[in-house]
This record gives sequence, C-alpha cells and structure tokens, in this order.
Amino acid sequence: MTADIDQQTADWLARIAAADSPSDVEALRVEALGKSGAITAQLKTLGKMSPEERQTTGAALNRMRQEVQAALTSRKEALEAAELDRKLTEEAVDVSLPVDHGRTGSVHPVSQVMDELAEIFADLGFAVATGPEIEDDWHNFTALNIPEHHPARTMHDTFWFPKEEGEDAPKLLRTHTSPVQIRTMTDGEPPIRIIAPGRVYRSDSDATHTPMFHQVEGLVIDRGIHMGHLKWTLETFVKAFFETDDVELRLRPSYFPFTEPSAEVDVRCSFAGGKLTITSDGDDWMEILGSGMVNRRVIEMCGLDPSVWQGFAFGVGIDRLAMLKYGMTDLRQFFEGDLRWSGHYGFSPFAVPTLSQGVGA
Amino acid sequence: MKFTLSWLKDHLETEASLDEIVRTLTAVGLEVESVDDPAARLAPFTIAEVVSAEAHPDADKLRVLRVETGSGEPLQVVCGAPNARAGMKGVFAAEGSYVPGTGITLKPTKIRGVASNGMMVSERELELSEDHDGIIDLPDDAPVGTSYASWAGLDDPVIEIGITPNRQDCLGVHGIARDLAAAGLGTLKEGTVELVPAAFPSPVEIRTEDEEGCPALYGRVVRGVKNGSSPAWMQRRLRAVGLRPIDALVDITNYLMLDRARPLHVYDLAKLDGPLVARKAKAGETVEALNEKTYELAPSMTVLADDAGAHDIGGIMGGERTGVSADTTDVLIECAYFDPVSVARTGQALSLYSDARARFERGVDPGFLEGGIELATRLVLDLCGGEASDIARAGTPPTEKKIVSYDPALCASLSGVDVDEAEQARILSELGFDVDRAFPWSVTVPLWRRDVDGAADIVEEVIRIHGLHTVPSTPLPRGEGVAAPTATPAQTMERRVRRALAARGLDEMITWSFVSDAEAEAFGGTSFRLANPISADLVAMKRSALPSLVSAARTNLDRGARTVRVFELARRYLDDGERPTVGILLAGLSREKDWRTGNEAGFDIFDAKAEALAALAAAGAPTDNLQVQAGASDWYHPGRSGRLMLGPKTCLAEFGELHPRTARAMDVGGRVAAAEVFLDAVPAAKGKRARPAFAPPALQPVLRDFAFLLDQAVPTADLVRAVAGADKSAITEVRLFDYFEGAGVPEGKVSVAIRVTLQPGDKSFTDEELSAISAKVVAAAEKRGATLR
Repeated sequence: MTADIDQQTADWLARIAAADSPSDVEALRVEALGKSGAITAQLKTLGKMSPEERQTTGAALNRMRQEVQAALTSRKEALEAAELDRKLTEEAVDVSLPVDHGRTGSVHPVSQVMDELAEIFADLGFAVATGPEIEDDWHNFTALNIPEHHPARTMHDTFWFPKEEGEDAPKLLRTHTSPVQIRTMTDGEPPIRIIAPGRVYRSDSDATHTPMFHQVEGLVIDRGIHMGHLKWTLETFVKAFFETDDVELRLRPSYFPFTEPSAEVDVRCSFAGGKLTITSDGDDWMEILGSGMVNRRVIEMCGLDPSVWQGFAFGVGIDRLAMLKYGMTDLRQFFEGDLRWSGHYGFSPFAVPTLSQGVGA
Repeated sequence: MKFTLSWLKDHLETEASLDEIVRTLTAVGLEVESVDDPAARLAPFTIAEVVSAEAHPDADKLRVLRVETGSGEPLQVVCGAPNARAGMKGVFAAEGSYVPGTGITLKPTKIRGVASNGMMVSERELELSEDHDGIIDLPDDAPVGTSYASWAGLDDPVIEIGITPNRQDCLGVHGIARDLAAAGLGTLKEGTVELVPAAFPSPVEIRTEDEEGCPALYGRVVRGVKNGSSPAWMQRRLRAVGLRPIDALVDITNYLMLDRARPLHVYDLAKLDGPLVARKAKAGETVEALNEKTYELAPSMTVLADDAGAHDIGGIMGGERTGVSADTTDVLIECAYFDPVSVARTGQALSLYSDARARFERGVDPGFLEGGIELATRLVLDLCGGEASDIARAGTPPTEKKIVSYDPALCASLSGVDVDEAEQARILSELGFDVDRAFPWSVTVPLWRRDVDGAADIVEEVIRIHGLHTVPSTPLPRGEGVAAPTATPAQTMERRVRRALAARGLDEMITWSFVSDAEAEAFGGTSFRLANPISADLVAMKRSALPSLVSAARTNLDRGARTVRVFELARRYLDDGERPTVGILLAGLSREKDWRTGNEAGFDIFDAKAEALAALAAAGAPTDNLQVQAGASDWYHPGRSGRLMLGPKTCLAEFGELHPRTARAMDVGGRVAAAEVFLDAVPAAKGKRARPAFAPPALQPVLRDFAFLLDQAVPTADLVRAVAGADKSAITEVRLFDYFEGAGVPEGKVSVAIRVTLQPGDKSFTDEELSAISAKVVAAAEKRGATLR
C-alpha cells in the first residue's frame, strides 16, 4: 500500500513540475487537495482504518499531502517570480532620458561679499548699520569736516538734487558710506563698533568707476583706541577675507577731512604671471582702502566729547573687494544685469558664508 | 604734481638715490604715482658727426650720409632731412635702437637701393618736442660718441606725485624738499630771496575794492623788457613736467608756480587802461580768458580789472586782452592773495580748472607775496632785461599765525607710537613749525600750512614723518565668549529672502537706483530727480523696484535668453523715505518644450503670485492670514494683478502681469509677470523659541471631494475660506484642485472642485457624522452662491 502511495506522490510531483502557469498549479491543487480532491478523499478514509493501518498507510498519506502541498507552493512561487521578471522586463525604460531637476538661481557677488564682511566683522564685535542713500549736505559733508567749498568736495563728483524750498542746501546722493558714521554717533552712545555697507554714488563712469557702487564703512569709538588697533583690525580683516595669513599691510599717510591722522592702506601683492596674489613675498603694493583716526571735530559735531572718546574709521569698496577676490575685471558688468554674467560670477544660495564653513564661497 | 630730480636738488642738499627719494615721498604722504627716467629711454642715442653728405642716386630729396659715431668705421645712413649736411653734429640712433617717436626698432635696410644703417633723428622722433623740420643740429663742441641725453641734460628723472587737498605747499618743489629734509633725506636749501632794488616809483595804481575776495594785491612794473624764448634749462624743466614753453615772461610765472607754489601773473602794461583793481564782477560782465573761452561772471566773483573792464578771473585765469606777447616792452607783475573759499566757489561755478586755482583754493602761503614778486622780478630782469619799479601794495595778506596747544603724549595715545619729545620737536621744526616746549607745548603753525589747526594735526605731522610703519598692530579688546549676533531683524529678513528666491531659481541682480524719465514714468514717476545726471538714462530715482529689472529682462531676451527669472533687493525712493523692496520679474518661458511636460509655456500672474508668497514666507510674514485683493498699481494689467494684504490696510506685496501699455513703453514683448514685496511692511516675526509638545492625531485623515458651480464674480478664495470654516473641529485643509469654465458649465459660472481633509479625533467618523460635515460644507458653499454639481 505505501509503495502505491509513493508512486502516487511521484506522479503528483511530476505533474506539478510540468505545470507552466499559476492557473495550472491551481487546477492541480484543486484536483489533489481541494474539497473533493483525490488526496483529500484518500485522507477521509483514515477514520475507517485500523490503528496499525493508520500507522503505516496514514503516515504515508499525510507525507504525500505535505509533499504535494509543498511542491504546489514552490511551483506557484517560481511561476509567479518568472511572471514578474517578464513583466519587469517589459516595463524597462531608457534610463538615459534627460529630466529637468529644476534650476538654482544665484546670489550677486556684491551681496555675497557683504555677507562675508558681516560674518567676519561680527566675530570682531561689529554690528551692521545702515542709512539713507538720499542724504543731506550736513551728514555727507559738513559733519564730516568737509565744509562748503572745501577742495575735498570737488573730489567727490557729487550727484545733487535741485534745491527745494526751505532747504539750506540741496539733497544729494551720498558719495560715501561715511554719513552712517555720523548717524551712528548722533543716534547712539559709545562704545561703538559698526560696519555700514551700502550703495554710494559718484558721477563718474569708466571700466573701474560706475556712477553707483558699494562701500563698507567701519567705525570704532571707544576709550583708548589708537592707530595700532586700526592696523590690527584691518590686518585681521584682510587675512580673513582673502583667506590667507600671509598678509603684509602698509599704512601710508594721506588726507581725509574726517580723519586725523589719515592713512591709505596698501597690501603687499604680486602680479607675477598676470595674476594677482596677495602675499608678503610680493614686490608690489595695491591700495585697498582709506582709513584714519576719527577727526576730533567730527566727534564733537556728533555731540561726543573727544577728550573721552576716540576711535578709527575706514572705508573700502565692496565691488573692488569682490573683483580682487573673485577675479572680475570690469566693474560696469556688475550692474548690467546680464544673466550670463550672473551664471558665471554668481554664488549658490546655499554657499552662506559662516565662520565654521569659511567665509569664501 | 610733476617735478624732476635736478629741480628737487635745487632745493634739497641730498646724497639720496632716486629710489630712496621715491620711497620716502610715498612714506611721508606724497604718494609717487610714476617715475619716468628718460635716461633709460634715450640711452641708445649718441652724438655723431656727419662726415659727408652726397645726393642719393635715385631720389632728389634724400641724401647719403657718412656718419662718424665715435666707434669703428663711419656708417652709411640715408637721410631725408633738409638740414643734413657735411660737418654738422647731430644725434644718431644705431640699428637695434627703439625710436620712441615712431615706435619703430631700427633694422639695417635699403632705401631706394642704397644701404642705410641706423638713422639721424629729429626732436620729435625722440619725443623731445614737436619739431620735425630737420634732424637735431648740435653745436660744434658736442662730443662725438657720448650719450646725447647726458650731454644735453635730458637724463633728469621725472617724478609725479599725488597731492592731497590739504597740501598746497607741496604744489611747489620747495615744499616737497622740506618734507624730505624733515624725513632725514638731506638739508633744505632755504632759498633766501634776493631783493631787487627799485629803479623808479611804480607808475601803476594798484587797488583792492574787494578785501574779502582779494585781501592783498601787489604789483611791480618792469620797463624795457625783451620777451623772447626762455632759456633752454627752463624750457627743459617745463617740458619735462608737461608744460609747453610759451615765452620768457609766461614761462617765468609757470616756473615759479611749480617751484614755489606761487601763482603770479604778468600784464602787458601797454594794454592796461588805468589802475589795476581787484573788485567783484558786475552782473553779466564777461572775461575772455587765456584758454580762449569767454566766461560770464556773477557779482560774487572776484576779478582784476582796469578802466576798460574785468580782464582776469581772480586766482583762476588771466585774460586774453592784457596778456603779454613778443612785442611787449613794459610789464606789470602781479602777485595776489585770493580768498580760498571765494576761488573755490568761482571755479566750481564756472567749471574752470587751472593750476592757479588748484593752489589758491587750497590757500597759498600768505607770507610769501613779497618773496614771490621779488623772485619773479629777478627772473624777468635776468631773462628779459629791463629795470624794475618799486612794489605797489594794496591790502594786507592774512598773516596771523595759528598757535596750537599740544600735549606731546597725544602722539602715543592717538597713533599708538611713543615718539620721544625731542624727536617730535625736531620733526616739527624741520617742517617749519615753531615749538615752545613749556607744557603744554605751544606749536606755531607756519603760514604755508593752512590745513593744520589742531593737536591731532600735529600728531599727524609727527607720525607721518616718523613713519607709519612704526605703528604697532594692537588687537581690539574682545568680548567674553562666542561673538554675539549682530544682524538686525531687517538684515536677517533680507538675507533670508535673497537666498530663498535664489534657491527657487531666480538670479539676483543689482541695477542702477536711477532710471530714465521714460522708465520712471512707466512705473509711477519719481520723487527725486538729479540736477546733474551723468546721462539722461540715469536721472530719476526709482519709485518701483521694477523698471530696471524690466530693462535688464529686455536686454537678456534680445540677446537670446529663453527665460528671465530675476529679483533685486532694492529700495523705492519715495517722498517720505527709502523703502526696502524686493522686485521680482519673470519673462520669457516658464517651461521649455519637454518630452515629459509637453509644450512650452510663458509666465503668468500666478507665477508672480507664487514668488511673492515664497518671498513673504521667507521674510517670516504670516502667509496663511493674507487676503488677496484684485488690482494693483497702474503698471499692472488691471484684470490680472492683485495685492497681498495683511488686514485691510497693510499691503505686503503686489503681483501680476505687466500692463500691455507699460510693456510697450519699456519695449518688452510677450507676457511679463512681476511682483514687488514691501519688506518694510512685513511685521517683525515674534520670537517664540520653544514650541508646544508634539501631539500627532492618532487616526488617519479622511478625504472628501466636492464640485460646485460658482458665480464668476465671486472670488474662489472666498468659497475656499467659507468651506474651511464650515466645521473647524473636523476640517484641517481645503484645497482647490480643479477650476474650469466653458463646455458643460453654464454661462457666467465656473466649475470649482475642492478636496476637503477631515481629521478625526479619538474615534473614527461614523457615516452619520461624515454626512453631517458634508452637509455643512455644502451649506457654507451655498451661502457664497455656489451650488453642488
């Protein structure tokens, strides 16, 4: 009897192996193990068997049922896997097709450099101050110790507005960010540490001058501040901004009505191979900014006592800093709005200057 | 200011090299802008003798010279100069020489078949003058074979320095020498002025009727002069510094102006009609100045005049009518002190620049009128002959000296360098200050240093001569701990908006704050219009952030750009102040033709609205609470523009498509979408650091879709808001997902489909609850005139 069952098992397994679709497998399952399936019917005879018969034939029948069941399951899975493979093959696409992943815009180099400056000077304790671009004569000139008809005024190529009724002097477009010094000193109390970046205007136009450009003003007013502090601040700034410790500055006596003593500041550099490098090994000097100790008269004019408070100020062209650091050669292009220029010189919005990542993009 | 080394050495006894002098000039604040050493440029040119000059066999105007150069056999040179002749001495350029006037490096050549080696040169070819009538003709005693430049005194280096507006004294070589001497580079030659005795009393009356504009006016007559050319040494120096020699009398005044920073004027006495008077100009009076231009003067201006009228703009430029010429025999030398402010004002008003103005407006030395007129008289007598009168003087120059009280400790406290007192005193006295060292020091300022009037100026004098390189780098005191944040909320807002928009694909621009009148007019006009614009395109301060962005878009599109998405953090310049504003402009294609998304498309109002909302979100504005109003400023399409309002009065942004009329005025084609975000109107974000505990709902939300027919006149946002408010405990989101009109939709209506998100609380919604909510939604919609489809 058990030999017969073994034969039946072999027959079932052969038929299952030969099934070539999930529905064939299902038909075989019904035929073998369904409610009225052949193996089901055989198992129903177990109850009528003697205990001895049940031990032998019964065990053999159960074994057959398990083996057939296992074969059915495994065959079904194999067929389904093959079916899925075929379906996936049919679904394959040309992965080389291009997709539009959106575009990232750009941040203007002047904005980027302003953010860099804010970051560097924040570490030195300088806040960022602002002021109006349409200024009055007093803030732009008089309070800065440039009285009317001072020869320094003619150096400024000022844009004027027509004189309005009731005005002592016509309004103007600020020629430098220095009026923010005045506003800061008249509005607040020392100690003061600020930088004031912003747009300034002079009626001048060529490859290195545009009628509008950007400056940043620095101002420190405190007790006991002297030119040595100015020199250190500028050295520290230049090192941080140009990301090199190999910096040598030269202070050169100069003249600005609002500082006394005044100094132009040059940085040692090299133009070897037509390329500007800031290095203390260079054989050239490049003027980068003007500075000095705030003129006592300016401090007085802002209502502070110059025997208590003194300090320094400096002013530097932001566009020029950008050009020196990032290699633009024509200032005019900064303001022409050419998208090709933005693509070439603009910065990723994600390149936020921070002290931990570095202030250079 | 240009001068030559030998000229400097007239005033400075020094062994210093050119390099040392150049370095020191810059170090004391007289920044060297250039040094031109003609010796190097003229090195190839030597003195040579023409041994013979034969006619060229094939050219009438050419000659074949044999030239003795002093080394080797005489060379054959073909020459076209009419003055080339046997026996003459001239200047020879050997082959290989670079001839500056022609820009050519000489090579052996053949001219009309005759070999020529090198050339005999003219003055123009050496850039010495414009003379090209013939080759340089030297005297017989010129030594053959030696350097022409050193023989002729042309090897005098020319130094050009920048003079800051406070240093009129260094607009003369003498003042420059004084600074160098103080810096230890030698000894200043005092340049004592020799007095010229008077041969007769001045025959000309001198008067100043304008003591404010011309406090002092001196005059001296010289009779019997011969006004020929000035001597070669003077011409050479004037030429070296870029002045054209005119005649002896004019050259003398120019020379003294450069030598002593002392402008002077010489009149032809025969052309003067009556007394020389300094007075205010009469209204409408004109002067024909020496630059051959006629200036109309105002009564605030000081002139020099005679009975025939004004002939000289005081302190700025002499007049044509009374100038000297070759026929002049009697002259009046004038030496005056003009008020600096008055000169500056007149010069500015007339837009007239001159070397005299540069000096007078900075303030010439009021103690050197006497010296100036004596020096001039001496030179006139020496170079032109004649005899001098006495000096006629009118008025008094302001020669009261300033005395500054000075504590020498200020030097260390201001400059950081502790220069010892003896050295401070030495520097000051070398610069011409008188120092009384009783504490506090009394420092008397020399008259030529009008700029010095306070203790800080004294420190500047000391430290610039002592050397700014000695200033010690000193760290600023640093606060404890990590650097504190310094940005203001407004600055933080700008930075966030900038990077948010750039991250959304827009390029940041920085454009002019001023635009043309036409551009301003298209965007609301201007509140501020420049009186002196640099061009008509840059004249009107913008009242909108858009016009220059539109111009930039047009330029880019014209150049072939397919899409322009730009923004600028600009200011609007309004009557009552400058307002920080984000301008956003979208032009060209919003989407290219694409295999996935189909056809290309342009931008419309809703693209602009999206960018405006994104900018506002980045600025921290409460974008969920904004109301949208139809319509915006005039430059927008009236039916395709809107405002984002916070409450009934505060407009945070405008957006829309440009009005076709505006687009036409700006010459930009296609549909242009734009927005302006008014950052100053955005309320400050409330600083809430900690947030409430996170409590996500336990059950999944349920979605229900509804379709309504709505009157076209009803803003869809009203319907959406009404639905959202229908059951606030259950409805968490309402989203419009379809909107159409036309086929199947009755006239005057639109079909609006919305998806409502319902969030169950502790228990799932029952069917009854869901029906009840749906009924509320429909009821709320019906209140807005909508009907369920």
